[in-house]
Amino acid sequence: MIAFAIRRFMQALGVMLVVALISFLMFRFVGDPVNQLVGVDTSPAEREALRQALGLNDPVMIQFSRFIVKAVQMDFGISYQFKQPVAALIASRLPATLELSFVSALFALAVGVPMGVYTGLYRNTLLARGFLAISLIGVSLPTFLIGILLIFVVSVHLGWLPSFGRGETVNLGGVWTTGLLTKSGLLSLILPAITLGLFQMTLIMRLVRGEMLEVLRTDYIKFARARGLSRRAVNFGHALKNTLVPVITITGLQLGSIIAFAIITETVFQWPGMGLLFLQAVQNVDIPIMAAYLLLIAFLFVTINFIVDLLYVAVDPRIRLGEARR
Amino acid sequence: MPDVVGKDTNGAAAARGPLRRAIESDLWYSFTRSPVTVVSAAVTLVMILSAAFASLVAPHNPFDPATISILDSFYPPAWMEGGDPRFLLGTDDQGRDILSTILYGMRISLAVGFASVLFAMVIGVTLGLVAGYIGGAVDSVIMRIADVQLTFPAILIALLINGVARAMAGPQSYDQVVLVVLVLSIGLSFWVQYARTVRGSVLVEANKEYVLAARLIGLRPWTIMFKHVLPNVMGPVLVIATINLALAIITEATLSFLGVGVPPTEPSLGTLIRIGNDFLFSGEWWITIFPGITLAILALAVNLLGDWLRDALNPKLR
Repeated sequence: MIAFAIRRFMQALGVMLVVALISFLMFRFVGDPVNQLVGVDTSPAEREALRQALGLNDPVMIQFSRFIVKAVQMDFGISYQFKQPVAALIASRLPATLELSFVSALFALAVGVPMGVYTGLYRNTLLARGFLAISLIGVSLPTFLIGILLIFVVSVHLGWLPSFGRGETVNLGGVWTTGLLTKSGLLSLILPAITLGLFQMTLIMRLVRGEMLEVLRTDYIKFARARGLSRRAVNFGHALKNTLVPVITITGLQLGSIIAFAIITETVFQWPGMGLLFLQAVQNVDIPIMAAYLLLIAFLFVTINFIVDLLYVAVDPRIRLGEARR
Repeated sequence: MPDVVGKDTNGAAAARGPLRRAIESDLWYSFTRSPVTVVSAAVTLVMILSAAFASLVAPHNPFDPATISILDSFYPPAWMEGGDPRFLLGTDDQGRDILSTILYGMRISLAVGFASVLFAMVIGVTLGLVAGYIGGAVDSVIMRIADVQLTFPAILIALLINGVARAMAGPQSYDQVVLVVLVLSIGLSFWVQYARTVRGSVLVEANKEYVLAARLIGLRPWTIMFKHVLPNVMGPVLVIATINLALAIITEATLSFLGVGVPPTEPSLGTLIRIGNDFLFSGEWWITIFPGITLAILALAVNLLGDWLRDALNPKLR
């Protein structure tokens, strides 16, 4: 187990180094950092002095190691468009994105699992077929289109929910702003969370359905039925419980994609998160923000993958045994 | 000579003609048995044809400044009150006919989609062949890159490549190369799947006798890879390509919607939705909803075709 954890950790470190290299190359060679910092009327001598001061004339390897040291200290330089430290910009946007992502994931689980169980148990009923058809549409429709359709029906037509922004937010201790404590904040969260979570919901539903169909065929379920256990105990106590390991894994892994896909949802709903910040950076060629966002997302992905892998081993004894035998 | 060897070891049937016909009739049979597939194939075909011949089918040319008039702007669809029979689905803010912009926009969406899939396929299949056939360090390097890339969602990678290309091209020349940049960024974000699939099949194929025979008579590795191994691993590649076509169209639309894709002067479906989105609240819903429905139908139809092809070519499900 410990050997496995160490090996996985080294792998994760390797991935992070590769991503850091890409991010560094972008930062250093795409566009000229000096040009972005000075005005048009700066003389070549002054530019050279600045170049020297920034260390841009040092060997590339030294620059790269300096970049990594700075990145570990959360120093990603100054944004070209906002002239503010990138780390502060991202930190101020992070809470909005994380709240949206977690609520979406919760929504996907809370709706996806019951729908999956139902379609698995009663797969020939009209309702189950309806769920499956909806899931096909959920997989095929682009996220932004779902958002627009929701805004059109719920906000414009019915006028029930707000269609942009975060509503009122509450500042917690100066580091975290939350929209979860005000009514307008909660109302504003509903449509973006559904938009972002719909794809994951259909994914979870299909996964649970597939696993349920598989488990219901096994001998121990037949035996549990033969023993005269109640339907409820068989379906939920035995069948569902055994489908949950892959569901938890996939949900964990999907959390990273949710945060990345938030770029689209945040654009549709003008949600002031870091996805919107990243998109503005792409549009305005603000390389420091792009590089920092890439590193941050990579870090989140790698960390989640690492934890999920370890959990997997901890939860499922069969994997542990296989590991030991090898 | 090597060709004959290749065919002889290729599955149950010895001769190519009958085998091929059998596969086709099998496919045809499962195709005709599934009404959903027939409908989606018909829909896809009609959409591709009407996009390809947009200049003949479309009632107006939305990019000809001589025929559009700002006085025609914001007409609702023809069947609604205040609609104009000249504009079946209404007009946008510049007086362009929505139906025509959709047809022309679909052409750009489909062209970018096909080109990206082709580009991803060429890169992925080549790297997969090389990795699987040569093996060793080359294999590890290619597959490690693939692993790292697979950790990130395709849309994020497409956005990053897009941003870098934008920085390199400079703002002036960017609009001229935007379609190439889109194809590059979408293609580069989808190659991994092909590479992994092809590599897996090549590892199996490389141990077969026809490859050994080809090597014995002294054929070069490249000839063996592309002329003899490649045709035997193309089946799954075509399935992935069909499913990826829907994904590529959606990705292009998403990038254009986000404002980093096709510019509004010659809009794709995604750009049209982006333009119309600004008017959603002022009541001119048709500017964004009709391109949106078109995109949804196109993506759904191609997706259903891909699903059917995957099941039909999967021997386990037969």
